[in-house]
Amino acid sequence: MIWLDTLVQGVLLGGLYALFAAGLSLVFGIMRLVNLAHGDLIVAAAFLILVLVTWLGLNPFLAALVAAPVMFAAGWVLQRHVLNRTLGPDILPPLLVTFGLSVVLQNAMLQGFSADSRRIPAGALETASLDLGPVSVGVLPLLTFASAVVVIVVLNHVFYRTALGRAFRATSDDLTTARLMGIRPAGVFATATGLAMVVVTIAALYLGMRANFDPSIGPARLIYAFEAVIIGGLGSLWGTLAGGIIIGVAQTAGAAVNPEWQILAGHLAFLIVLLLRPRGLFPRAFD
Amino acid sequence: MEAARVTVATRAGRIAGLAALALVAAGLALPSVAGRAVIQDLFFILTMLTLAQFWNLLAGFGGLVSVGQQAFVGIGAYAMFAGVILLGWDPVAAILLGGLAALVLAVPSAWFAFRLQGAYFAIATWVIAEVTRLAVAQWKALGGGTGTSLPREATADMLLVAAIGDLFGVRDAAARDILAYWLALALAVATTGGIYALLRTRHGLALAAVRDNTEAAKSVGVDAVRLKWLVYLIAAFGTGIAGALIYVQKARISPDAAFSVTDWTAYVIFIVVIGGIGTIEGPILGVLVFAVLQALFADYGSWYLMALGLIGVLTMLFAPRGLWGLISRRTGLHLFPVRRRLDTGPTTPRGD
Repeated sequence: MIWLDTLVQGVLLGGLYALFAAGLSLVFGIMRLVNLAHGDLIVAAAFLILVLVTWLGLNPFLAALVAAPVMFAAGWVLQRHVLNRTLGPDILPPLLVTFGLSVVLQNAMLQGFSADSRRIPAGALETASLDLGPVSVGVLPLLTFASAVVVIVVLNHVFYRTALGRAFRATSDDLTTARLMGIRPAGVFATATGLAMVVVTIAALYLGMRANFDPSIGPARLIYAFEAVIIGGLGSLWGTLAGGIIIGVAQTAGAAVNPEWQILAGHLAFLIVLLLRPRGLFPRAFD
Repeated sequence: MEAARVTVATRAGRIAGLAALALVAAGLALPSVAGRAVIQDLFFILTMLTLAQFWNLLAGFGGLVSVGQQAFVGIGAYAMFAGVILLGWDPVAAILLGGLAALVLAVPSAWFAFRLQGAYFAIATWVIAEVTRLAVAQWKALGGGTGTSLPREATADMLLVAAIGDLFGVRDAAARDILAYWLALALAVATTGGIYALLRTRHGLALAAVRDNTEAAKSVGVDAVRLKWLVYLIAAFGTGIAGALIYVQKARISPDAAFSVTDWTAYVIFIVVIGGIGTIEGPILGVLVFAVLQALFADYGSWYLMALGLIGVLTMLFAPRGLWGLISRRTGLHLFPVRRRLDTGPTTPRGD
């Protein structure tokens, strides 16, 4: 029974990692940009929600609803005025600019919020659980997983069923032709990063309510997100969810054996998949 | 009419070579006049220069942007500690062990990371560094997660320390710093000179070709994969040696410090970017700027790192060739010329 419990907890944790990864995957899919500050942006959003909760006394979900447009605007401005300048055939500028941004963000948060561990207070939700026969699962992890599924359904809908999604796919496939059809890539990219920041806000909400966070944990979140994307295969959001689940299950299984092996087990699962299926489990994009 | 020749050398390059020789000679003699604090500062600068040159070789010349070089600093340092504590080696001899350990780690790392392209390669190197850090933290014989120190008897009997102490009339601790400084000087000179020499060979030309256009380079017979391996392994070995040397001087190690992404990769990236990526001069200029900033502002902690990151971002956005790029474009100066130029000789009017 304990193994079933570990498995369920791992799958639910995978939902959180899929949320971390969805924004990264979206931005990469559209503009081939890997944002090394992605993890730090998640932590920044968590601090934003925390501030709204503690200063204005808002409910965490309401606070995330307020934070989402702020993060969208931040992402839009970041992409429009900074990251767009770095896009091109050379991979160095986007990598080095976002790496620098990661260091700036981490230290800005360290300055603003100190190195103390924080948590977004979620009241009764923190401990609420559901009894599902052989296992009992926390309501919060369940909600996290459900949100990941909803985010992926919505993103897929936007991507394949709306005019905005057509613009995303067109700029991703062929920038020059998309331009000829009257699409402005600068604006499309900015909207995409804004959208990714909304997903980041949702991820931050659950990250902050689930466990303690501090300004230094961003890079590790980036790494989990990246592992989920690679395991799933570039370009497939459902694959990303599968990747998140694999990392989550490996981590909880590792922790069940020895608490010190939790993180290591997740990384090893990633390396094994990379070894056996270098293009991931459900590859869609070719690059 | 004189036949066209391809030349690399410049007059500034020859003068710079002579100046560098004089500077190295002065550097060797420096401990006779400089105090211990200066020697320690220079040790730091020289080791950072070494790390920067190797990262620049990877990213600037090889097009392999790694954010996981701390893996090789850490494994090099830990292998040196293992050599001293577990095998009873002299710390100086154990530095080589550090380089070898980094080389051994680099083979599976490259094998994994080369499966991914561009940005994903970068994060893969980071994952490998994390895995190495977590694995080393399980190594109980070397202190596990909390780390350990070099045993006093090992540092006391270090090769040459007594001789240096007698030569300069200083205590053992100061003599150890002088020894570490000399080794760092030798390493920085060998690194800079070695990379310079490598870039002036056929391999250097091939490297530039692969970086600028992989497909075109392949089509004229350049083995891009072999070159990537070559560069990655060289950088790993050198970074491992530098890591081991840094920790000979520190004499105290922990996984978090030895595998620190800030200390061994972020600083190094900023040095190279600010100085000028893809040139030999860039890291040298960058490390000097970095040393000044470090001396003036390091006490400001996170404000300092924030500013450093911001300078790096602004440099990349508005002067992607760094400070040296600005200087070189304005003056046409190349102190370590690696570019091939077509020298057609004096143009003579052709009569028929």
